[in-house]
Amino acid sequence: MPLALFVVLLLLTACGGAHLPQSTLTPASDFSADLFGLFKTVFWWAVAVFIVVEALLLIALARFRARPGAAAPKPVHGHTVLEIGWTLAPALILVFIAVPTMRTIFATAGHAPEGALRVEVIGHQWWWEYRYPTLNISASNELHIPVQTPIQLEMTSADVIHSFWVPRLGGKRDLIQGRTNRIAWRVDSTGEYWGQCAEFCGASHANMRLRVVVQSDSVFQRWVDQQRTAPATPAKGSAAEAGQQVYRRSPCIACHTIAGLSQGKVGPDLSHLGSRATIAGALFPNTTEMLRRWIMNAPALKPGALMTPQNLSPQDLDAVVAYLQSLK
Amino acid sequence: MKSWLTTTDHKRIGLLYFWTAFAFFLIGGLEALIIRAQLARPDGGLGVSAETFNQLFTMHGTTMVFLALMPLSAAFFNFIIPLQIGARDVAFPRLNAFSYWAFLLGGLFLNASFIAGPLFGADRLSVAPDAGWFGYANLTSRQFSPGPNVDFWLLGLQILGIASLAAGFNFIVTILNMRAPGMRMLRLPPFTWMTLITQFLVITAFPVITVALVLLMFDRFFGTHFFVPQGGGDPILWQHLFWMFGHPEVYILILPAMGIISEVLPTFSQKPLFGYTVVVYSGVVIAFLGWSVWSHHMFSTGLGPIADSVFAGTTMLIAIPTGVKIFNWIGTLWGGQIRFTTSLLFAVGFIAMFIIGGLSGVSHAAAPSDLQQTDTYYVVAHLHYVLFGGTILGLFAGMYYWWPKMTGRMLSESLGKVHFWLTMIGMNLAFFPMHFSGLLGMPRRIYTYSSDLGVAGFNLASTIGAFLIGLATLVFFWNLLRTRWQPITAPSNPWGGATLEWAIPSPPPVYNFTVIPTVESRMPLWHTERHAPMPALPERPPAPIHVPGGSWWPMITATGLPILAIAAISRTLPLVFVGAAVLIVGIYRWAYEPFEM
Repeated sequence: MPLALFVVLLLLTACGGAHLPQSTLTPASDFSADLFGLFKTVFWWAVAVFIVVEALLLIALARFRARPGAAAPKPVHGHTVLEIGWTLAPALILVFIAVPTMRTIFATAGHAPEGALRVEVIGHQWWWEYRYPTLNISASNELHIPVQTPIQLEMTSADVIHSFWVPRLGGKRDLIQGRTNRIAWRVDSTGEYWGQCAEFCGASHANMRLRVVVQSDSVFQRWVDQQRTAPATPAKGSAAEAGQQVYRRSPCIACHTIAGLSQGKVGPDLSHLGSRATIAGALFPNTTEMLRRWIMNAPALKPGALMTPQNLSPQDLDAVVAYLQSLK
Repeated sequence: MKSWLTTTDHKRIGLLYFWTAFAFFLIGGLEALIIRAQLARPDGGLGVSAETFNQLFTMHGTTMVFLALMPLSAAFFNFIIPLQIGARDVAFPRLNAFSYWAFLLGGLFLNASFIAGPLFGADRLSVAPDAGWFGYANLTSRQFSPGPNVDFWLLGLQILGIASLAAGFNFIVTILNMRAPGMRMLRLPPFTWMTLITQFLVITAFPVITVALVLLMFDRFFGTHFFVPQGGGDPILWQHLFWMFGHPEVYILILPAMGIISEVLPTFSQKPLFGYTVVVYSGVVIAFLGWSVWSHHMFSTGLGPIADSVFAGTTMLIAIPTGVKIFNWIGTLWGGQIRFTTSLLFAVGFIAMFIIGGLSGVSHAAAPSDLQQTDTYYVVAHLHYVLFGGTILGLFAGMYYWWPKMTGRMLSESLGKVHFWLTMIGMNLAFFPMHFSGLLGMPRRIYTYSSDLGVAGFNLASTIGAFLIGLATLVFFWNLLRTRWQPITAPSNPWGGATLEWAIPSPPPVYNFTVIPTVESRMPLWHTERHAPMPALPERPPAPIHVPGGSWWPMITATGLPILAIAAISRTLPLVFVGAAVLIVGIYRWAYEPFEM
């Protein structure tokens, strides 16, 4: 047990964020810092209580082991003062925990200040859709936001209950169809923060991951501009152009949107797929190899995925991949 | 054989409960081991499929809660309660038999889903429930769970709920009405007290889950929309109903174990329970408060700051009576002459481990902190410290304590100590690292995790620990089995206990007490300041004792329930009539059965 405590201390003090991308112990926003502060308060009280009570237990066991020939123990039935004492002591400790708890509850209720950047988060089995109503753009799985800016997430679900959780940026809140839940945060520094769905939501719950890309104002503005621009038309005779033709006559168009080409709403919008670092709900890197495997047999990589295996010839597959990668 | 099928003897029914629940405990444990084997390595692990994994954790939770822990407690209620209060049987012996058969058939129905796939045209053998043990709507709707999996779950739980409700009423009436002369309420042994409180929770909590399951059944079978948002329903309503049942259920699981160790600690420290009345009343307070905290399971659903504050507050209040109990147990040990039997070791293990589960519970009660921990491995650690470190260690303490009374045979103390230490090492290795996995961002209920999270080492430790628990359980199983070949040699009071069950032979005769004793103190077999120990009971009954005969009707009536469930799940209308006929005829014949057979 002392060893376990030591490990906790080590984690609390020595954790760098980089190699523990989903650690709740290295907060990076005002929201997560509030939660971590409260956790630390509870933690140190718990350590103190743990040491006192377990020590009392061990002392009792060591001191009062039966000895042969000893007189029968005194039949004590109770002790009123002691009873009152050990009722009041935990009550008092709880006051020291309850007050900061209530304060933090109201501080983290999820309402961002006026003028915060609003993002609508919509959960799907098993990916995330983001809409920026004020910027008139949308994205999926990778949430781009500016650093040091209040962000207001307004979250709901298109199907079952999901839970949006980016541990280094804050606690989770559930996405429920027919309701809107809120998270408000301001992220301290730029970087990539990992998260994933935290409420069991069916076969691929484990594969419903996400990234939050926190960017400086100028980089974020460049990303916004890029998302607003219609995807470039592939050059005549290029592989991408052939791929566009394959896409146009494939079943892909029923479920996916590519601006100017198709309006499917079942799966993520692919208009700017080439600008993303990951595919399939932030599950795999956006590489040629993974794109090929994903298109050929998505359910094999992500159980329950709605995208049916596509039976494309090798040439068509290469062309489609080239086309998708050209959609920056 | 026939005498076991028709038995209405509370002691035989207790043994039936024990062995059935122990078998389900082994099945639930096996499911846990497959889960842990899969998670030993990141990025795909052993290759257990997502679908199979989801079935395994759903069935592990459902099995452990409803088919292992509750009925293992019920084994002790059945065997021990009538003996502790000086009764010849429970108030309604045939209803008691009915509870057992309904429990067994409900458990078999639920587990039949593992091999029922082909009957439903599924492409796999197993169509076991796969929506988690709390089956959150709207994932459980027909749209998102089209197969029979969730149907098995909700129909199976309905059958088990009927069994629990019948037993709940039975034991409340038994404890209130069947006490021996002089056994006032504040002379009841603490285990009997905790059982009484537990049964009040059962009869108040199970109707809530029954209603919720009926609504879910209507949604799935008849197209209603109680929990379906597109139709104007509300999936959060399910969470409220489920946890209004689910949180009292936690106390249904833990209070009997608290009662057990409140018997074990005084016996082995040879000192009365410290603060008996405070221990009893804190149990009552825990049960009352247990009704006011359900939404602490739902902090992440966005209840709003006012509701969050209220439920955080009520949850923290529960720490007070719980702490009081722990201090009173330590006060019982303090100044005693402690004999370190296996039973005492498990009781002490309960205190030591339950403290950890209680303290991590406070970080869940602090609602904002919980937003980081809920639905992660941190809460998995918390609930296992409470339900394994608490309930299961307490039940083990009870098994070592009462096994000689139940069978007349002593368990091996040396195997018992091996069992104890393996269990303690295994459980801490399995569950303590889960705190870290959770804090480092590992959600629960995932069949795979990325190696980049940095939790692979903690998961490997958890897996090794889980297999140690498995090994410990095999040692215990062997310890149980080997007593079958031993002669019956246990004395009537091997541990020097103070309560009435130790006043009669081990195992007790069918009529329990040759003469119903008159009770003058809380510890009738001990010498107290005011009372000499109770005089020994006569060896033979002075007059013939009437014992109710066996009956087929409880078992036949119980059979009607799974027939109705099969009718619903297979959508066979004629079978509904068969099931209903079995139930009606069974109850009718039962009601008019002659008193003697």
